[in-house]
Amino acid sequence: MERMTFDLASSSLTEMNTFLHKGLEEGDKRHISVLNPDGAHNIAVGLNQPVTVEVHGHAGYYAAGMNKHARVVIHGSAGTGVAENMMSGTVHVKGFASNGAGATAHGGLLVIDGDAGLRCGISLKGGDIVVGGSVGSFSGFMAQAGHMVICGDAGDALGDSLYEAVIYLRGNVKSLGADARFEDMTDADYATLAELLSKAGLEHDPKSFKRIASARSLYHWNADANQEY
Amino acid sequence: MDIKPVSFKRVSREESASFDRSVIDYIQNAAAHGLYEIRGMGAKRKLPHFDDLVFLAGSLSRYPLEGYREKCVTKTILGTRFAKKPLELDIPITVAGMSFGALSANVKESLGRAATEMGTTTTTGDGGMTPEERNSSKTLVYQCLPSRYGFNPDDVRRADAIEVVIGQGAKPGGGGMLLGQKVNPRVAKMRTLPQGVDQRSACRHPDWTGPDDLAIKIQELRELTDWEKPIYVKVGATRTFNDVKLAVHAGADVVVVDGMQGGTAATQTCYIEHIGIPTLAAVRQAVDALEDLNMKGEVQLIVSGGIRSGADVAKALAMGADAVAIGQGILYALGCNSETYIQDGQHLSALEGYDALGTQPGFCHHCHTGKCPVGVTTQDSLLEQRLQPDVGARRVKNYLKTLNMELTTIARACGKQNVHHLEREDLVALTLEAAAMARIPLAGTRWIPGFEGP
Repeated sequence: MERMTFDLASSSLTEMNTFLHKGLEEGDKRHISVLNPDGAHNIAVGLNQPVTVEVHGHAGYYAAGMNKHARVVIHGSAGTGVAENMMSGTVHVKGFASNGAGATAHGGLLVIDGDAGLRCGISLKGGDIVVGGSVGSFSGFMAQAGHMVICGDAGDALGDSLYEAVIYLRGNVKSLGADARFEDMTDADYATLAELLSKAGLEHDPKSFKRIASARSLYHWNADANQEY
Repeated sequence: MDIKPVSFKRVSREESASFDRSVIDYIQNAAAHGLYEIRGMGAKRKLPHFDDLVFLAGSLSRYPLEGYREKCVTKTILGTRFAKKPLELDIPITVAGMSFGALSANVKESLGRAATEMGTTTTTGDGGMTPEERNSSKTLVYQCLPSRYGFNPDDVRRADAIEVVIGQGAKPGGGGMLLGQKVNPRVAKMRTLPQGVDQRSACRHPDWTGPDDLAIKIQELRELTDWEKPIYVKVGATRTFNDVKLAVHAGADVVVVDGMQGGTAATQTCYIEHIGIPTLAAVRQAVDALEDLNMKGEVQLIVSGGIRSGADVAKALAMGADAVAIGQGILYALGCNSETYIQDGQHLSALEGYDALGTQPGFCHHCHTGKCPVGVTTQDSLLEQRLQPDVGARRVKNYLKTLNMELTTIARACGKQNVHHLEREDLVALTLEAAAMARIPLAGTRWIPGFEGP
């Protein structure tokens, strides 16, 4: 397999991103190493081919943003909005992730080995997120579809205004958000969870997780509309 | 002997100014239902507006051009600051962002076709890009909204420009709203929502907070599009001077300022009427901000919110806008609030539809119900057929053409060979309010209330 390296200490981010958009062939599976990322923002955004990109160090905001098809591994921590609006592929953060990790992801899998900050999985639209550690407050806010697996604890207002996304939580939650509730795990939940844990390389027992989903009482804003005094 | 109570004829029939019939009706509705009112369109109250300005055209001291014959350029370029591929429009009049969901697919197609024929742009709106729109509109602006419904990098790549929407003039600080009756299977799928839910969009973006973050977000969109496409930032008019400066700081190529007359398909009436500032005040603040940063001309300004006529366009341009965007005017051109809808050349009555909504042509603001009697703001499979794309495209094209003719004829009267040469000096104000807000002297005086001089 073809390998190549971009050293961000000597070449520009835009040069690299432009190559990743325009220099690859349809179905390109080459392996790309990014050296000295040094917290740069917008590393490998808008990928559209099944390449593997390994970032050796910390990434800034929006690493692997809007990813399609590619596999991106960050050997370090990631800033705000890692894998935001991902469509497909996988993004694996070996360290910690900041706020809004996996925000609005429509597809694909985001794995964070460490903890994630505030609003992890906000407005999730079908993607899957597995967090090895804990997540900050307002995680899963307005999440519409997809799954979030939290192996540690969660902060305040977990799953506030949830739509159809489902959250699996192993640790404790400080508080649930409006309209989020604990529900019984079904066989389908155990199967989904086991598969996500296995993809993320985690060995927790699915039986140790709780399911959080929407009570659907906010789906219609005018729940009292029929009253007439 | 009968003692009659003293009767004051006038007072016994005097309506209260503070509690008039419409206020009483509002209070009694609130009491009956315990809900606020939601409706479509923009502010209905009377506001200082472009009507309160007039042009000083050519005479002895200035030299007019022949109204029909002499050249008057309308070409408009947007996105010259950073984008490798700025947009070159034939006219400075664009179609404002309106969502598929709020509008039917037929309407989206009509707008795209009309705009393409006139050499201008359309803009997607909340809920993503439809093929009808992309295929019909040659130059399409793709909105990046807080909800990110249907937001897709393939559509970013397919777009000609990206507009990051911070707010909307009808409801600055509020998110979008699409009531359940408009969330049909196609809309639900595009937005990844259960069918029929009352969809209320987020009011803040999910992955950034504040202007410094926005700068990085804009950079992401630039990196993703290899710095080719212009990036707009749209704000609802509130603290416009500061907001425009921050948008420029964040790296916008184009700033869109939407005043409080700007429309919506659905939002709380208390937002529509009580949040935001009039377009007239907003344009001036926006231009002040660009001038203060020495960015006039480098960052382009698009103004929207109650632009109706070629005169409005001319006044916005004279005040310093580079282009305007029109939403409601376009809807009216399509037949919104008309007594009839057109099917294969025949005018058919829509009155029953208005009646069912408890309204009449001329007053309807029921976009939020999805029961538009003329098929414009609906997702109903029968009602949407009332607007045929051929008819819609022709009517919108005619409207844009009329506006452009009015604009150029006014510019010529003011002696300008290019509509972008219209200037503040060409305008005077008719009211104190307009003079103060627009910072343009009251007609026949040099007086600008509240302005001490440069």
